[in-house]
Amino acid sequence: MLSVKHNEPVEFTEEMLGKFAEIVARYPEGRQKSALLPILHEVQAVYGWLSVPAMDSVAAYLNLEPIEVYEVATFYTMFFLQPPGKFVLEVCRTGPCCLVGAERIMAHIEQRLGVKEGEVTPDGLFSWRGVECMAACGYGPVLQIGPEYTFYENLTEEKIDKLIDELKNKAEGRELTAES
Amino acid sequence: MARKLLLTHIDVPGIQTFDVYRQKGGYRAVEKALKTLTPDEVVEEVKASGLRGRGGAGFPTGMKWSFLAKPEGVPRYLVCNADESEPGTFKDRYLMTHIPHALIEGMIVSSYALGANTSYIYVRGEMMPQIRILERAIAEAKNAGFLGKDILGTGYNLELYVQPGGGAYICGEETALLESLEGKRGNPRIKPPFPAVSGLYNCPTVVNNVESIAATVPIINDGGAEYAKIGVGRSTGTKLISAGGNVNKPGVYEIELGVPVEEFIYSDEYCGGIANGKRLKAVVAGGSSVPILPANLILKTLNGEPRLMTYESLADGGFQSGTMLGSGGFIAFDEDQCIVRNTWNFSRFYHHESCGQCSPCREGTGWLEKVLHNIEYGHGSSSDIDLLVNVAKNIEGNTICPLGDAAAWPVASAIRHFRDEFEWHVSHGQEAQHRNYGLAHYADPLEPVA
Repeated sequence: MLSVKHNEPVEFTEEMLGKFAEIVARYPEGRQKSALLPILHEVQAVYGWLSVPAMDSVAAYLNLEPIEVYEVATFYTMFFLQPPGKFVLEVCRTGPCCLVGAERIMAHIEQRLGVKEGEVTPDGLFSWRGVECMAACGYGPVLQIGPEYTFYENLTEEKIDKLIDELKNKAEGRELTAES
Repeated sequence: MARKLLLTHIDVPGIQTFDVYRQKGGYRAVEKALKTLTPDEVVEEVKASGLRGRGGAGFPTGMKWSFLAKPEGVPRYLVCNADESEPGTFKDRYLMTHIPHALIEGMIVSSYALGANTSYIYVRGEMMPQIRILERAIAEAKNAGFLGKDILGTGYNLELYVQPGGGAYICGEETALLESLEGKRGNPRIKPPFPAVSGLYNCPTVVNNVESIAATVPIINDGGAEYAKIGVGRSTGTKLISAGGNVNKPGVYEIELGVPVEEFIYSDEYCGGIANGKRLKAVVAGGSSVPILPANLILKTLNGEPRLMTYESLADGGFQSGTMLGSGGFIAFDEDQCIVRNTWNFSRFYHHESCGQCSPCREGTGWLEKVLHNIEYGHGSSSDIDLLVNVAKNIEGNTICPLGDAAAWPVASAIRHFRDEFEWHVSHGQEAQHRNYGLAHYADPLEPVA
């Protein structure tokens, strides 16, 4: 993941531009706006979130007004408009998962990470939030971690502890990317 | 009653790959449709099958297809709705994960029937692993000559693309989905015009659920008339049911429509009973939007007849004593679960997911959530219960899309069937604050209310 500050201009790499072109080709000519959501996902996968300059660059690439990008980015909950932790633990908080203990899992994550929902740990590694139904009700409680939305099911407190330790190990020795 | 059509080969190792799927008879429906049937004949087969939309509405798929406008020189589109996000429903995730080629094959057959040369599968953005699976399946099918130009030498061209959503429940509504696919906010459109006349890019468009599209494969293989023999009355064929909540064996089950609800809950073939030896208190049978029913009313209709897993039987008694099959998201509540807390939870969901276009939904869902929160946490008054009924009534039917109804029904039905649980929360304020479970006297068999 690349690091980007709030006001830092964003220039897309050749690799990213290649992916963008592949996406735009899926739609009829003149309908390149359809590429907006897939491209925003690609940008978020690289930077971890969508800064205003990043959104402006997407607008320029797709020949849209910046507002057309902002209104979409603010509508869909998957897009982060502030830098989250390097790993965002998104726990399903909707009815069926709560029947099998999702609230207990969220309380445990809050206690274990020591930050409230939406906040980032001081080391920049973690944040967490409750999200609405992930369409995995038979495997609850569940959580997902972007950008590939890796999926963890039938969660217990022990599984959460193990997962957090694993992610910490994974991040060790690498440059931290989240801005605080 | 264990006949399977969609999940027949689900346990075959490697069925996710084109080669194994093909060895097991996959893509025969494409060969049959493209080589021996005209597009209109495919539509007729689907009509004859009696297949009804599996996403929740239950509208006959063949009839929906027959509404598609066909003006000269204007492209037509098929869009698959894989934005599965109705709480309680996870069947499409299961199908796309384990047998993706069933969807790809159905997309080819259906696109051919509708005369579409470009089709999209709109998958909710969080299902990134499933998006990768589908993209790989599409590449395999294309490599084998089942997608692209001049498919199987028949002259039919089809390109198939996967589109990720952005995490918005409302995009499961078909016109919101089309807006989203056009790169906009997911605000549902005013109808008419219906998508069949003016849909994606203002062109005639059909939007179908994953399961509906996959069902066209057995319909073409065996014929619509054969498919129609399965099931009961106007509920033909098989249905994927997502079983969740407090059951012993949560998961996705393919049932022949017509299985008794009691058998579905207690048979080892399906849910295997209620977990931890507890008793059943209530069921939401078709995804969070449909009315919740207490155990006695989900097992038997008001007339004492066993309730069946069909569109008609579940709806028996209307909203007074019945519910809906909906998307097949089957959520069971054990005797310790609190109906007030769950209703608050669902209201929070609908408030969060309201797109904000229509005032009754934008404001009303927020009121429902707040009032229910007050009641759940012991700050409610007895007039709040009637207020909830009033707010729900004023949302229902007064919005562009069905999200308003979907937000109103769970609240109205919870109060209709579990009113004294709400009253208990109001009269036991302090106690309610410290208790996460509700009254157990609704459990099966129904005990007299004290």
